[in-house]
Amino acid sequence: MSEQNQFVREVAEKKYEFGFTTDVQTEIIDKGLNEDVIRTISAKKGEPEWLLEFRLEAYRYWLTQEQPTWGHLTLPEIDYQAISYYADPTKKSADGEKKELDPELVKTFDKLGIPLEERLALSGMAVDAVMDSVSVKTTFKEKLAEKNIIFCSISEAVKEYPDLVRQYLGSVVPYRDNYFAALNSAVFSDGSFVYIPQGTRCPMELSTYFRINARNTGQFERTLIICDEGSYVSYLEGCTAPMRDENQLHAAIVEIVVMDNAEVKYSTVQNWYPGDENGKGGVLNLVTKRGHLRGVNSKLSWTQVETGSAITWKYPSCILQGDNSQAEFYSVAVTNNHQVADTGTKMIHIGKNTRSTIISKGISAGKSQNSYRGLVKVGTKADGARNYSSCDSLLLGSECGAHTFPYMDIHNNTATVEHEATTSKINEDQLFYCNQRGISTEEAVGLIVNGYAKDVINKLPMEFAVEAQKLLSVSLEGTVG
Amino acid sequence: MATPFWGSGGFMLEIKNLHATVNGKEILKGIDLTINDGEIHAVMGTNGAGKSTLSNVIVGNPAYEVTEGSITFNGKDLLAMKPEERAHEGIFMSFQTPIEIPGVSMTNFMRAAVNARRQAKGEEPLKSTDFLKIMREKRKLVEIDQKLMNRSVNEGFSGGEKKRNEIFQMAMLEPTFCILDETDSGLDVDALRIVAEGFNKLRTSETSAMVITHYQRLLDYIKPDIVHVLIDGKIVKTGGPDLALKIENEGFDWIKAELASI
Repeated sequence: MSEQNQFVREVAEKKYEFGFTTDVQTEIIDKGLNEDVIRTISAKKGEPEWLLEFRLEAYRYWLTQEQPTWGHLTLPEIDYQAISYYADPTKKSADGEKKELDPELVKTFDKLGIPLEERLALSGMAVDAVMDSVSVKTTFKEKLAEKNIIFCSISEAVKEYPDLVRQYLGSVVPYRDNYFAALNSAVFSDGSFVYIPQGTRCPMELSTYFRINARNTGQFERTLIICDEGSYVSYLEGCTAPMRDENQLHAAIVEIVVMDNAEVKYSTVQNWYPGDENGKGGVLNLVTKRGHLRGVNSKLSWTQVETGSAITWKYPSCILQGDNSQAEFYSVAVTNNHQVADTGTKMIHIGKNTRSTIISKGISAGKSQNSYRGLVKVGTKADGARNYSSCDSLLLGSECGAHTFPYMDIHNNTATVEHEATTSKINEDQLFYCNQRGISTEEAVGLIVNGYAKDVINKLPMEFAVEAQKLLSVSLEGTVG
Repeated sequence: MATPFWGSGGFMLEIKNLHATVNGKEILKGIDLTINDGEIHAVMGTNGAGKSTLSNVIVGNPAYEVTEGSITFNGKDLLAMKPEERAHEGIFMSFQTPIEIPGVSMTNFMRAAVNARRQAKGEEPLKSTDFLKIMREKRKLVEIDQKLMNRSVNEGFSGGEKKRNEIFQMAMLEPTFCILDETDSGLDVDALRIVAEGFNKLRTSETSAMVITHYQRLLDYIKPDIVHVLIDGKIVKTGGPDLALKIENEGFDWIKAELASI
């Protein structure tokens, strides 16, 4: 029916509001990848020898590996020699130390809604702002230090807290984990480091905002969060990039360690540039995120709202080692136009009475493909382990696809594992019913999509829930009506 | 047919020579119909005569295409308006088959609808407490269970609950012109009575309505001023309430015979 096509077309013509570029002097190293490049990155960051060795080992391993092909997606051929692996937009003084913040950078983050001046900041949130390969600024560091909480860029942590970094870096995601993990371990640039000491409830939300700006560069985020015994932290990451015709690469690793009775909430609102309506350009978002629930009664929840990127390849996972540990994965993935998402989680139950919950909501529009891929594994010693998985797909139009790939690998008879899946479609009848009650098509789509995603959105911290709701509507509405 | 005096000059709903198609097939073949302030018109007819097409065209369902003719509402060109704009003008349709919207609670749905209409009139959105108070009042008026309000729109509602929910929405939106599109279909006698009584309670002296039905039984509760017979896309006969009674007893064949003899 022609109205259906019209609606789908209108929905597909969405706008990306963060597509601007920042004109700032950026130090970019030559394109290409080899051991010298890795030495250069390491030297620029003033790293100790052990870290350089770590990088080189990872690089040598990476050379022996091939790009994985099991995802329900076709990765464009990535020419790793055509990418620059280090771009620094901050100004340096003669002695190489960072000086004043470039006002252009401050303006950029302002425009993104991330004020870098503490007096303007959202109350109750500290921010680490990363542009390209470098952390530009971390707010509220001093205030957090009063509670002995460490929140800084990983580069700074390497210098200031080398023992902590050395102890935990690569302990959750070893460089041999996968192709992109090896690449990241070889060339990672910046990201955040969080350490919450014993018995401390972090008094504010911690967040990292990732921005890709420079052309033909890759961003290799590395984040490490350690939540010590009886502590709590809520962490949020946001991401945007300018509109560019060529693909940009973001290959990240996030590692989280959760000790006895500790709890970490990790929320992501991912809005990388998704490419244009013909599928040209966009960020390739190839991410390994994993939490290790080491301690008894430890808790970790991943909440993600994924609306951006040309390709998303991402499975925030949990290793439930501590007895009675609890893990959650809440995900909304929206794909439009030619976007492709293959995302989900792995829940690895090792300890006794461990529990995991998976709630995944896929929303597909345009000509996009949206897959949920998940593994629930219960080890022989995980007596009384429980998992509940629910995977729903919502389709807008008839040219998009939704796919579900749930894997279960159960080695303990006392485990309880449940899986539910549904697929539904927003249809013209629903929209017209809303219209007849006075609700415009644009608002109706927002209402339906947000209603569909609310179980996940409700898990986000308040301010971000509102942002995420808007983002869902913007991602899907475009010029409808 | 007596036309009551209309103060501001113009009929509430005026349909002239309306032709409409569905999927390229002509269903309405020249409808002329005028409904004045406060009048209840019944439209009866055989299956496939175009009754539902007529109601859907009035509310602007995009699945139906108007090929000729005009519809004005309080003097405004209805066909130039989007469906939601027509709703804002005060037109409401009780759907023959109410639509389910998973994930959207009745409360959120109604809030969006009420506030969209207020916005169109240049009014501020209702405060949550005020909105919930109105919900409570209207819910009592049409005797609809509170538990349905927390559920998704029409999802898991029984046939009777869905129809009652339509009347509840009508109560919330306070339309001036209502279309009841086969509201009686799928209802038992008790449910029919409750729905019809709900409608009657909501009626004011200004409310006008077009009641589409196959049967007299709904018209026992909602008494029409004027009855039209629609056959093959045209209104072939118009009369008073007795016309509906005659159709109930004798069917449509005598009308078809009359037409054939002309």
